[in-house]
Amino acid sequence: MIPIDLIETTAETLMDKAAIEIPQDYLDGLKAAARNEDGDLSSFVLKAMLENYEAAKEDRRAMCGDTGVPRWFVKLGNEARIEGGFVALEAALRRATATATTGVPLRPNRVHPLWRTDHNNNVGIGAPEIEYGFEPEGDWIDLITVHKGGLFGTDYRMLFPSDGIEGIKRFYLDSLVAFGKRGLACQPAIIGIGLGGSKDTCMVLGKRASVLRTVGSRNSDPKIAAMEDEFKELGNSIGMGAMGFVGKNMVIDCNIEVGYCHTGGMQMSVHAFCLSSRRAVARIFPDGRVEHRTDPDWFTPYQRRETIEWDPVREAAE
Amino acid sequence: MKIREVTLSTTPTAEAVADLRLGDIVYLDGLIYTAREGVYMRALEGQANIPMELPSQSAANFHCSPAAVIREDGSFDLGAVTATASFRFAKWLPEWIAKTGARLIIGKGGMSSKDYKEYFVPNGAVYLSTVGYGTGALLGRGVETVEAVHWHEELGIAQAMWVIRARRMGPFIVASNMQGECLFERENAKIAENLDRVYEGTKPAVLKRYGETDDRSDEVIG
Repeated sequence: MIPIDLIETTAETLMDKAAIEIPQDYLDGLKAAARNEDGDLSSFVLKAMLENYEAAKEDRRAMCGDTGVPRWFVKLGNEARIEGGFVALEAALRRATATATTGVPLRPNRVHPLWRTDHNNNVGIGAPEIEYGFEPEGDWIDLITVHKGGLFGTDYRMLFPSDGIEGIKRFYLDSLVAFGKRGLACQPAIIGIGLGGSKDTCMVLGKRASVLRTVGSRNSDPKIAAMEDEFKELGNSIGMGAMGFVGKNMVIDCNIEVGYCHTGGMQMSVHAFCLSSRRAVARIFPDGRVEHRTDPDWFTPYQRRETIEWDPVREAAE
Repeated sequence: MKIREVTLSTTPTAEAVADLRLGDIVYLDGLIYTAREGVYMRALEGQANIPMELPSQSAANFHCSPAAVIREDGSFDLGAVTATASFRFAKWLPEWIAKTGARLIIGKGGMSSKDYKEYFVPNGAVYLSTVGYGTGALLGRGVETVEAVHWHEELGIAQAMWVIRARRMGPFIVASNMQGECLFERENAKIAENLDRVYEGTKPAVLKRYGETDDRSDEVIG
């Protein structure tokens, strides 16, 4: 049984870490970008960002004043049992979100869409989102918090098989150019692309590709992995850098995730995870151990399975 | 190009504002207030009395809501500070600038050169952009004190009017000048020269959408 109090205190710590500490994979990616950037203004911006990450960690203050909209991804091993069950889990995550909003502090971003009611704690109807995933083995729970910012940089389009790769490239470039101008997408960013599913799941795939995969990770399908390399380079060949200034760093990495879709369609979504790529992860075990990390490791072979039954031995052999 | 750094008062002289060049890096000293849709609607549409002497106390309007909390004892804890996109406030800005004498509009993304020429330049105002849009911790360090928070009960923490004393707060980038030129439009024009080549080997979507443009000199704002 995983203690509920431990879940809540760990969740508070994760909220703090996500807001303040830039994940190492993204930091390494941005440092590499700063080294090769030759646009004078873009280069200035990247250097200022690197200083900003240091300032945030030294002062224990949020990296960015817009601390995004906190959400939770929860993954459970099949044997995991939570003290109090799932209702207790959700209450603990909502409490941790509210506590951290005043504790860090975070900006109370969440308001009612019509009445603009603000509880000043980032909790409300459907907020924070809590999404679930499962793994065949294990008695642990993974808590992943992501504070994605962003009113800009994300788009969806229904494409069709006849649009082909040329159509996918066009929509990808359109999204980057449209939202890259004036830096609305807060680039250079981790760009996630969702392909397939239905409209809603396509958006979910693209969002998860941007926020739940790290810089340098590659899709397990070698042809998709090659596309990820190609699309990263394509995005960086636009000639646009940070804040929409002339430059050559728009995309720190490009991650693509797919889901089976209607035979007549090829849904596509594009998501930009900003300069403050806020994510933090912890695995909690029933014996009270807590292991912190920054890689959500969400897209396991089980999450990408294609077969009816889960048969890891056969999957490995293929 | 060598980047020039300037230290500027938040009640700047007309000459100091006129001297700014596109792409200059600015650090600010003095009082800055936050005002966005909530404050604009209350002050302009609701005709509420603005709870500060403007522009004598401050001519610097920040499109921002800080990551901050008001403690139970009434004190403030302010962490990071970052701008929000300004184009959404074009509806209120002409009246606000005329009424308050604001000379420095600080935010994210800037406005169009049309906005600058129509109501920034005639009022002696320029636009300063935050950097990267994520340097919240650096800007937070530039906040010496929070002097007051007005209207937080009416508008909530995010929309309230925060009055902050800045000490060498920055960096900001000068994004408009007294000629009404726009830094972002200048950069867009340079990037546009390359776009046809980047788009080679792509094709438009089979299914079109309403309002769609294929002119990549267009922007999604404005």
